[in-house]
Amino acid sequence: MNRLNTLFQQKQNLLSIYFTAGFPKLNDTLIILKALQDAGVDFVEIGMPFSDPLADGPVIQSSSTKALQNGMSLKILFEQLQEVRKTIDMPLVLMGYLNPVLKFGVEAFIAKCEEIGIDGLILPDLPFELYNEQYRPLFQASNISNIFLITPQTPEERIRLLDQHSTSFLYMVSSAAVTGTKSGVSQHQIDYFNRINQLNLKTPRMVGFGISNNESYKQVCNYAHGAIVGSAFIKLLEQSTSLEADIADFVKSIRGV
Amino acid sequence: MYQPNEKGFYGNFGGAFIPEMLIPNIEELKSKYLKIITSESFQKEYHRLLNDYAGRPSPLFKAERLSSKYGANIWLKREDLNHTGSHKLNNTIGQILLAKEMGRQRIIAETGAGQHGVATATVCALMGLNCVVYMGETDMERQAPNVARMRMLGAEVIPAKSGNRTLKDATNEALRDWIANPTDTFYLIGSVVGPHPYPDMVARLQSVISAEIKQQLKEKTGTELPNYVIACVGGGSNAAGSFYHFLNDNQVNLIGTEAAGMGVDSGETAASMACGDLGIIHGSMTYLMQNEDGQITEPYSISAGLDYPGIGPLHAYLRDIGRATYIPVTDQQALDAVMELTRLEGIIPALESAHALATLGLLPFKTTDNVVVTVSGRGDKDMKTYMEHFKL
Ligand SMILES: Cc1ncc(COP(=O)(O)O)c(C=O)c1O
Repeated sequence: MNRLNTLFQQKQNLLSIYFTAGFPKLNDTLIILKALQDAGVDFVEIGMPFSDPLADGPVIQSSSTKALQNGMSLKILFEQLQEVRKTIDMPLVLMGYLNPVLKFGVEAFIAKCEEIGIDGLILPDLPFELYNEQYRPLFQASNISNIFLITPQTPEERIRLLDQHSTSFLYMVSSAAVTGTKSGVSQHQIDYFNRINQLNLKTPRMVGFGISNNESYKQVCNYAHGAIVGSAFIKLLEQSTSLEADIADFVKSIRGV
Repeated sequence: MYQPNEKGFYGNFGGAFIPEMLIPNIEELKSKYLKIITSESFQKEYHRLLNDYAGRPSPLFKAERLSSKYGANIWLKREDLNHTGSHKLNNTIGQILLAKEMGRQRIIAETGAGQHGVATATVCALMGLNCVVYMGETDMERQAPNVARMRMLGAEVIPAKSGNRTLKDATNEALRDWIANPTDTFYLIGSVVGPHPYPDMVARLQSVISAEIKQQLKEKTGTELPNYVIACVGGGSNAAGSFYHFLNDNQVNLIGTEAAGMGVDSGETAASMACGDLGIIHGSMTYLMQNEDGQITEPYSISAGLDYPGIGPLHAYLRDIGRATYIPVTDQQALDAVMELTRLEGIIPALESAHALATLGLLPFKTTDNVVVTVSGRGDKDMKTYMEHFKL
């Protein structure tokens, strides 16, 4: 059991926010985390910026480029997060690509995550099979949940495999797209959500990619445990002149309160 | 020994480090490619097109003046004489037949020098399929004639605007397109890079180069094994094709040449073997240029086709086990080699190919040695660069 499991047991209609660490400014990480927690977000995905984020659309790409220009690195991110558990109680997930993690050293990386109090990892280019063969014991010993993605094209057999090996939630990619390129929820997607619901999976699902406002948030909450908002939040950060106030308003607008 | 295992690894290199969104497509390709490309009907059509459309076999030409200069028998494998002007067509003919067999209507590709883009647009025109090519904005400028050729052939050329706007960035965009279009689209990769099974598939489709070299050398000299095979390496497809049928013949020295740009210590380089270490790029574990935080470094080379921070996993493996040697070649050495081949043999090579030719003076040849250099492409596309550098 970690914070994610407790959260998923206790609450429905979860709202999770993704942001790229080091954006808009290098040292905004804790300010953004605190503002999101105060605004009542349920959990957060902290993006570890990468030079070549191949599952991401233009918005997250450019935030990553900016973050790297600002000097962000895993080392600095871990320094920023060293004391995060003094002020932040909500579950924290790190999301990023495998190469910087390999360079840091997977064991050292997991150890650091455990020390800081990270609950889950999303590493899109670490395929399930490689995780399962090489890294599963390491993740499990540190009680860190590896979060798998499913997409509209994932065959049922594979979904069941991923479900069986999931320890917190499944990231349900809403459509065939990179992040931030499509918005709104179509009938086609609703059919897909229904199809997944009928599989009676043991693992709760969060829907991500293309969730940008109250309407899409509410809609996907009818079919899943909650929604993940990324690019829309990055766009807000890009324009924001007062992070705390703007983040509070943004979260309110998504929740519709 | 030189085949990847079922997970796509050559030793520690290769594999398929891809997001879940690409898994169904890669799994389908993995389950079908060997069956299709080794089938009799595929082989028949592939070789018919190689012969009658591409103009193969490409000649193996004894370069007499180059031979006397370097004191060895220098043979040029003339991939520059292939239709569209480079070895790239060997691969696109094969993959387009595969795409058709798999029922895909829309073809996407990345391109650096534009040669792979042109070769893809060409086979798409031939087969009546839709074609979208991603090309870095920097490359669109320095290889402008190829952009026009692709457009004439009916392809849509989309500029990649991230990073240094070169081949790496174009490949990212092509992968993103494939993620967004998973059901009707075939990603026609241009080199021995990317997730398994691409490196193996492209190597097999380019292996016609070494199959021909063996036969031609036998006809011309009585022996089918040269002492050296030399080829330039961007991702490494013309080199993989040139080495392929010699891999088990240990007496054949295999030399790959990578682009050193301004020099391996200059920071302005694309020499992923000399300057890189182990990491993941475009779904494959290989040598790549990266900083200490695992961020991929922007490469530099005068040659758009070699301006890539990684290298195909087969080459990483061949280097690791000592089966092949990789030599960095600077912009200036390549330019000198362009002029040398042009004036000694009347052949204007592509900038990429010149990187292979530039090593002739660096290797300890004996006068009896047979040395095969693959001239991967012709220099038409580089005339703008040549006009500037040679003040033409
Ligand atoms: C003429 C020519 N040679 C070589 C290359 C490098 O590719 P590879 O290393 O895959 O042969 C290119 C790539 O664009 C090319 O156009």
